[in-house]
Amino acid sequence: MINCRNATRLLSEAQERPLSITERMSLKLHVIMCSGCQNFKDQMETLRLMTRAYAKRKNDHDE
Amino acid sequence: MTANRDQKEDTQQTSNLLADAPFLEDVRRQMIKFATLQLGDGHLAEDAVQEALIGALKNASSFGGRAALKTWIFAILKNKIADTLRYKQRVVNASSLLREDEDDEALSELFDRKGHWQRDERPVAWGNPEASLREKYFWSMFEACLERLPPKQARVFMMREFLELDADEICATMNLTTSNLHVLLHRSRLRLRECIENKWYLQGERNDQLP
Repeated sequence: MINCRNATRLLSEAQERPLSITERMSLKLHVIMCSGCQNFKDQMETLRLMTRAYAKRKNDHDE
Repeated sequence: MTANRDQKEDTQQTSNLLADAPFLEDVRRQMIKFATLQLGDGHLAEDAVQEALIGALKNASSFGGRAALKTWIFAILKNKIADTLRYKQRVVNASSLLREDEDDEALSELFDRKGHWQRDERPVAWGNPEASLREKYFWSMFEACLERLPPKQARVFMMREFLELDADEICATMNLTTSNLHVLLHRSRLRLRECIENKWYLQGERNDQLP
C-alpha cells in the first residue's frame, strides 16, 4: 500500500509519462480510500487547465 | 511568379505585425514574465528578451501570422534563456542552493513520518474552477503563487505547463535527469496547489487582500 507522498508523486508523474499497470493499480487502491489524494488528483488536471488559461488570457487580454 | 507574389504578401503581413505596437507590447510583456521566472533576475530577463526580439526582427520575413511569429519569437527566447542559464551554472549560486534545501524541509511539513498528509495539509475539494478562471482577483493570486515558487521549480513548471515543452526537451535544456525533473515538478505542483488552496478556496474563492 503506497502512502500519500508516493501517491502524489505518481499523480504528478502521470502528467509527464504513462504509468505502468502496477503503478496505476496501487494508485487506484490508494485514491479510493484517501479523499486528500482524490482531491489532489482532480487538482492536477485543474492546475494544468489554469496555467494554460493563464497563458491564453495573456494573449487575449489586450487584443 | 505566383510563389513570388505570395512570399511578398507574407513579408508584407509580417512587417505589419511588427508595426502593430499593442501586439508587440503584449508579446514583450509575456516574454519578460516568462524570462524572469526562468532566470530569476529581472536584468538578465530584459537582456534575453531584447536579444530575442532583435533576432526575431532580423528573420521575421518568413512569418505569415501572429501565431507563427509568436511561436518563433518564443523559440528564440528559449535559446537565449538556455544560453544564459548555462553561463550562470558555471557560477554556482550559493543562496539559491540554500533556498532549494529549505524547500525540502517545507515539504516534509506537508506529510507525516509515514508519508501521509498532515491533518491540516490534506487537500480539500476545490469549488468551481471554471468560475474562478473568470475572476480578476483569481489571476493576481495565481501569479503571486507562481512567483513564490523556488526559482528552479518555477522554471521547470513554466516550461512544462506554460510553454508546453515535453519532459525530454526540458531535461536537455536544464541539464536534468528525468528523475530530477519529476522531483522538481512534483514539488512545484504540491506547493502551487497548496498556495492556491490557502489563498483562494479556503478564503471563500475571493481574495480581498490583493489589489
